[in-house]
Amino acid sequence: MPTEPEIYRAMTEIFHDVFMRDDLVLKAELSAKDVQGWDSFKQIEIIMATEERFGMKFTTRELDSLQNVGDLVRVVATRT
Amino acid sequence: MTDLHWLPTIPDWRARLRALGSDPATAWAEAVALANARLNFVLTNALDETVRRAFPAPPAGLATRPVRLAVLGSATLTHLLPAIRVAGLRRGIWIDTYENDFGQYAQELSDPGSGLFAFKPTAVLLSLDAYHLAAGVTAGLDAAGADTALDEIKGRIRETWRLAREAFRCPVIQQTALPVHPAVLGSNEHRLPGSRARFLARLNQALRGMADADGVDLLAVDDHAARCGIERWHDTALWHRSKQEIAPPAAPLYGDLVGRLLAAKQGRSFKCLVMDLDNTMWGGVIGDDGMEGIALGQGSALGEAYVAFQDYARELTRRGVILAICSKNDEANAVEPFEKHPEMVLRRPDISSFVANWSDKAGNLRAIAEELNIGLDSLVFIDDNPFERNLVRQELPMVAVPEVSDDPTYYPRAIADAGYFEGLSVTDEDRERTAQYQENKARDALKASATDLPSYLRGLEMQLICKRFDRLGLQRIVQLINKSNQFNLTTKRYTDEDVLAVMADPSAFGLQLRLLDRFGDNGVIAIIIGRLRENQDLYIDTWLMSCRVLGRQVEPTTLNLIAQEALKLGARRLVGEYIPTRKNGMVKDHYAKLGFTVMQRDEAGGNRNIIDLASFKPADTFIHVTEG
Repeated sequence: MPTEPEIYRAMTEIFHDVFMRDDLVLKAELSAKDVQGWDSFKQIEIIMATEERFGMKFTTRELDSLQNVGDLVRVVATRT
Repeated sequence: MTDLHWLPTIPDWRARLRALGSDPATAWAEAVALANARLNFVLTNALDETVRRAFPAPPAGLATRPVRLAVLGSATLTHLLPAIRVAGLRRGIWIDTYENDFGQYAQELSDPGSGLFAFKPTAVLLSLDAYHLAAGVTAGLDAAGADTALDEIKGRIRETWRLAREAFRCPVIQQTALPVHPAVLGSNEHRLPGSRARFLARLNQALRGMADADGVDLLAVDDHAARCGIERWHDTALWHRSKQEIAPPAAPLYGDLVGRLLAAKQGRSFKCLVMDLDNTMWGGVIGDDGMEGIALGQGSALGEAYVAFQDYARELTRRGVILAICSKNDEANAVEPFEKHPEMVLRRPDISSFVANWSDKAGNLRAIAEELNIGLDSLVFIDDNPFERNLVRQELPMVAVPEVSDDPTYYPRAIADAGYFEGLSVTDEDRERTAQYQENKARDALKASATDLPSYLRGLEMQLICKRFDRLGLQRIVQLINKSNQFNLTTKRYTDEDVLAVMADPSAFGLQLRLLDRFGDNGVIAIIIGRLRENQDLYIDTWLMSCRVLGRQVEPTTLNLIAQEALKLGARRLVGEYIPTRKNGMVKDHYAKLGFTVMQRDEAGGNRNIIDLASFKPADTFIHVTEG
């Protein structure tokens, strides 16, 4: 089971690839309004890349409840 | 597996992406190199974004033709476009894409004022989702009702093809239906006429015949889903959320399937599989282990795996792929199993070029390409040794080198999944190709024994059969027009429709020339298109020839035939043009050599040449011409 810092590290790499920005620092409160270009397509990219990285599938309810990076990390932590 | 497992991972890929474009001179080559790595969808998108910024238009001097691809469909397709463009890039093809407004493909096809018409596509891909194709079909339908629904959707698809071709006169690719629907009956689903799963299976079956009849090519996503699992391709949750029928993780493979079709359309599929021997063709080292010591054939799983790989290679030759050997060995040792080992599937005649020595493999691959008269970018090289693979990738980036393990079990799969040899049709020439290379060897032997060139040419007893374009020859004509690169004066590429238009045009002619000699049939080896201009000049729009028949007087004999056809149309002069590309330098002075007068040279290296038909004297050659 990955620790929270490990999940953050992996998520940081995913965010850097998705947004092609190496300066993005992931914090729990970070959400779509804070990052330029974080639209519904990028949201799906993040979700799919996360699923691929951790070998899990989000449920539809989980996806609907995501508000920010912290939510994402919490769900990954409960599911892996 | 939907990942691109045959491509290598590049360790410093991210850093190289960030640096892309810093040197404009090498940026395109570097982008092509980065596209030839094992990329997931996120990295594919990142590469696409960077490349689109660096190359908003195709770079100058590309050997490939840029493609303007309209992707039309009823679901969300945006996420597939970067993968399609990157798949083009992987093959050196610059692709621009267009996607219709959501769900509006039929309307846009019928509206000359639409964005689709403004885009002017050179290829159309119909990516119709399974939900759209099965709309209205329900388990409540009886057999007659299901048949009616099937006829209706078939009719609508055909109508869409017709609209696309009439509007853009370009190739159409039809995606087959993904089997996304869960069963409602079970293993005997076929007994329920209104089952959506059954309905789409029938539609997919019907599409094969329809596509052949109408000259449309298929993108068989149904076959791929059957092989790697529908859940890899389709994520039902995503369908509900964003109407993406094809899930983003499958996009790189989807894009690659499209890319290889577009490359095949340009004649840019690979042509030759070059194989290492020790631990690739058999287990062990023939020089050390000897005939009895190598693992090959019955008795061990490993030995059977090598036999299965050889069998796959032989299957490839039967559809036109050429085989070659590139091995570090003493030649006598290397050849022995091909001649004497009872379990060998491949025999010496199956191999068109056999190179076994102790030189480096990059140099030997060059020699193989030269011997076979094909480009290095037509070679796929398979070797179990990672050192040799990396050396070849570094020295010869245009050679495809699949990433494989040391287990031969997976070699056929790696080659098949990579789609190197994607073919759109199989002509008689394809089936006979390996035999033709054998006949060439016999010709070379005659050449070696003949004391001078005329006696060699006379001894060949050549016969050239000249035929106007016809429907029977259409496949081969289009194939040659789209894949001949070296002996090709103008490198104009034409579709089926264009060739049919030449046949129907009274002021133009198209000739297909077949060469026979005492060693066999070389097949159709040259294509000519002539167009009469209003000033009674006959413009030689297309003159291309297979390099296999170079040096046999086919060129002057062909000119005689062109002059003859031109006179029939009332022409006074022949105009021949050379348009330079990266690959056709060998025919730079073609017309001057045939006695034309050079009228004009341009900065790019091209030239225009003229010959007066009134004073034209047909050349005497050793080729006997017959009209077919």
